[in-house]
Amino acid sequence: MSIEVRQLSFRYGKKAALKDVDFSLESGQFCALLGPNGAGKSTLFALLTRLYAMQNGSIVLNDLDLQKHPTQVMQQLGVVFQQSTLDLDLSVQQNLAYHASLHGLCGTQARLRIAEELQRMDMSNRAHDKVRALNGGHRRRVEIARALLHQPSVLLLDEPTTGLDPKARKALNHYVRQLCADTQLTVLWATHLIDEILPEDRVLLIHQGQLLSSGTGHDLCELSNKQHLADAFEYLTQQTDTAA
Amino acid sequence: MKISLTHYWYCFRGILTREYLRFIQQRTRFFSALVRPLLWLVVFAAGFRAALGIAIIEPYETYITYEVYIAPGLCCMILLFNGMQSSLSMVYDREMGSMRVLLMSPLPRWFLLVCKLISIALVSLLQVYAFLIIALLVAVEPPLWGYLSVLPALLLVAVMLGAIGLFISSWIKQLENFAGVMNFVIFPMFFLSSALYPLWKMQEASEWIYWICIANPFTYAVELVRHALYLKFDSVAFSVTLATTLVFSVLAITGFNPQRAAAGTGKKPN
Repeated sequence: MSIEVRQLSFRYGKKAALKDVDFSLESGQFCALLGPNGAGKSTLFALLTRLYAMQNGSIVLNDLDLQKHPTQVMQQLGVVFQQSTLDLDLSVQQNLAYHASLHGLCGTQARLRIAEELQRMDMSNRAHDKVRALNGGHRRRVEIARALLHQPSVLLLDEPTTGLDPKARKALNHYVRQLCADTQLTVLWATHLIDEILPEDRVLLIHQGQLLSSGTGHDLCELSNKQHLADAFEYLTQQTDTAA
Repeated sequence: MKISLTHYWYCFRGILTREYLRFIQQRTRFFSALVRPLLWLVVFAAGFRAALGIAIIEPYETYITYEVYIAPGLCCMILLFNGMQSSLSMVYDREMGSMRVLLMSPLPRWFLLVCKLISIALVSLLQVYAFLIIALLVAVEPPLWGYLSVLPALLLVAVMLGAIGLFISSWIKQLENFAGVMNFVIFPMFFLSSALYPLWKMQEASEWIYWICIANPFTYAVELVRHALYLKFDSVAFSVTLATTLVFSVLAITGFNPQRAAAGTGKKPN
């Protein structure tokens, strides 16, 4: 297993943000983390990336427990945050070189990796442009290139299409799927947008801090007796609202 | 992959390079940070020159002008503003995104924060040296070697002030904007120290203000810089500054909590 999350719970004071979340992902899998705003997706990401201290449960990445082996786990993790975290006044190359150094890459090795990832993203000709000069889609591509510089085995993307137009959203989604297929990268793609998910995708449906389903999009439709994923999503989240 | 010592070195170098690049990109911030101490030096000191007689005090060997007296305090003022501003933005708002990137490094969090504090401090020194060069115009002329001997003192003071800033941002929730820090931390620290007046003058004016100045670590920071700039070593000032740096660094690092920072921005994760 690439990621194993067991009995993960988290509270902000008295308010429970995650309740006994339990799932595992296989290597090379594209998995959507679907949930409305406030469902607990970003909290889950903050725990997976060690930004928040764990309160209950465990997170294991490639057989390494995050709490016991934080260094090794972080080496295998690439992250694209919801809000852009690039330095707008620095060039693409400078932004990537900074990240490379944080992961212990420097000099020729860093330059080679940066060139490789930019080429893969079709962004080689923008290496020396300031990030400020790039459009939203290109900035996202740079952030993905950055997240992959240290060759992680797992890529976490927290609502990466926020602020992008439909065309750029589609292109980015397609690109990450291709990356997943080509490199055996495990991808966890958090979103609240149904159109970013294919029926055959593995979907973790999260709502009010609870994992409602962890099968494929098809399974979700079957579970709710609906034909379309959007209807299934609405039905399942509404049911939880009623129960609450 | 095993983490080696070179990883640590590359990481520090990367953080320092980024701070430097950001510094040279933000020229307006650089100039506005210089205007404040220069106004004090040129306008404030000119007015006080006649009013305030300065006796021969350590480390000076002759009578000095008031400009000469307050220059080390103004160097520390630059570090004080920079340290507080940078630390506050590390925890809140603007820098939170880049802090997330920093914390994605596999290296220990304490190491990353120390690198950040040292890098901010080193970049702040460029502003201090720019100020000292301009101060030559008003006859603040320390010995040439003083410019070198003051370097480690300035660095220690800058780290101390950055650590105090990070501690305040991490622990005192009420002071989450710069105006609050300015009123309750920067101004009291600066005015209740030996930056503007020698301690004996303070004692003449008021005994209790004198004792507050004695208890203020900023006083020792200013005296350390003042002595180092004139090729002297004040062991008491050094010991207090070093101890304050260590204590606040430990408190700041143990208290640093990105979770509270995220909540502080009003962008509590969903």
